[in-house]
Amino acid sequence: MLTRRQQYEARVRRRAMLVAGGSTLAVLLAIVVLVPFAPGWPAVKKSFFNAEVFADTFPGLLNAFLLDVAIFAWSAPMIFALGLVVALMRDVRAPAAYPVRLFAIVYTDIFRGVPVILVIYLVGFGIPGLGLPRPWNSPYVWGTVALVLTYAAYVAEVFRTGIEGIHASQRSAAASLGLTEADTMRFVILPQAIRKVVPANMNLFIALQKDVALLSFIGPVEIFRQAGVYKSLMANFTPYVGAALIFLAITVPATRFADYLLAKQMKARS
Amino acid sequence: MTEPILTLSDATLSLDGNAGRIEILKGITLEVSRGETVGLVGPSGSGKSSLLMLMGGLERATSGRVEALGHDLTALGEDALARFRREHMGVVFQSFHLIPTMTALENVATPLELAGRADAFERAEAELRAVGLGDRMHHYPAQLSGGEQQRVALARAAAPEPDILLADEPTGNLDGTTGAAIVDLLFGLNARHGSTLILVTHAPELAERCGRVIRLTDGRIADGDVAKAAE
Repeated sequence: MLTRRQQYEARVRRRAMLVAGGSTLAVLLAIVVLVPFAPGWPAVKKSFFNAEVFADTFPGLLNAFLLDVAIFAWSAPMIFALGLVVALMRDVRAPAAYPVRLFAIVYTDIFRGVPVILVIYLVGFGIPGLGLPRPWNSPYVWGTVALVLTYAAYVAEVFRTGIEGIHASQRSAAASLGLTEADTMRFVILPQAIRKVVPANMNLFIALQKDVALLSFIGPVEIFRQAGVYKSLMANFTPYVGAALIFLAITVPATRFADYLLAKQMKARS
Repeated sequence: MTEPILTLSDATLSLDGNAGRIEILKGITLEVSRGETVGLVGPSGSGKSSLLMLMGGLERATSGRVEALGHDLTALGEDALARFRREHMGVVFQSFHLIPTMTALENVATPLELAGRADAFERAEAELRAVGLGDRMHHYPAQLSGGEQQRVALARAAAPEPDILLADEPTGNLDGTTGAAIVDLLFGLNARHGSTLILVTHAPELAERCGRVIRLTDGRIADGDVAKAAE
């Protein structure tokens, strides 16, 4: 049995949903109706939205995407670990350990300041150029290194804001309990900091999944390169649309999941 | 006459702020005996809390000497100081300062675990029951009321059976009745374990219950520095 207030709120909610649904439908309809009037539409339709090409290439793209997922899967834990280490290095307070801190600062400055694609080129072509033996000349190894170096710098900054965002009172409370600085970091500060920055980190890892496609420039035939192969083969751009859809199928649910986790966590602790 | 557990000789504390150097404590000399209850009172900014932090080894004196249980706190290194606090000190803060990612039980048990006590969780449970929170052990701080949080903080400070219990306005954020219950628990600990109790307070009725009251003004002891130990 609903109270009068709940009935009223339900009515308002229904009305809001109807309006939102209606306006979305109107916009979609306008696009579907109006775009075909553009002079170039038939050509675009044929070369970007070709159902036949889509059906032919989609399984191959999906297969190539597994490589993207694999590269992501082995890079992400390394990024997490290195990012955490760099963030902790930056929090070192002892004056004698200043070089450690300085290294962390220089590291984040450099790798946040250079475009990912440049790091991939420099590391991915430069280091194998030293004439290393197999497997140390593999673009998989050095592509991964490039991604890890770059993304760890961002993740470190996210962790650092998390660590600095924990109120000073938590440090004094831990000190009053006789926790050493290392214990305080491990048991008091980090568990809170890591949780606080989960959404920010999720965003970075979603971006990482997309940036894995950049490794195609140094060799690996992942989805973007595979789409390029199909494009040349069939003289048609539809495989790129297919690749985009596959990325969306991963990144959109991941984003929603991150939001859900955050909402759940906030509810549990309020 | 009992042995002194805490001795300060001409201890000063200065901090460097944006507005330059601020002298917070300007030469404090006092002695506290084992089992004593001491109330630190005085206007805001007079240095009460800083004095408490100095006594607990949470702040380092700029000059002078702070001696507790025969240790010179001004000479101990960071880790030795941490160990000293773990073994001998308990602190209760005005705004509780529980660790939000841990349940009440974990909050009380963690310092015991880190001190290497095998019975950490049993001991923490017993301590929580003693403050009347037997049924709230698995709640997170955010799920507890202010009074309950302060009782957890009290259990956490008392669990290792500290020689000295420091409380910084323990009832400052609580209503009268809840505050009175906390105060009863604090003095109960003093009576049961013989812990020395030093508390900062603005509440006259709380100060009255202390065996000795030290009044601070502007970083100096205004009166009360004549130790009752002479009695």
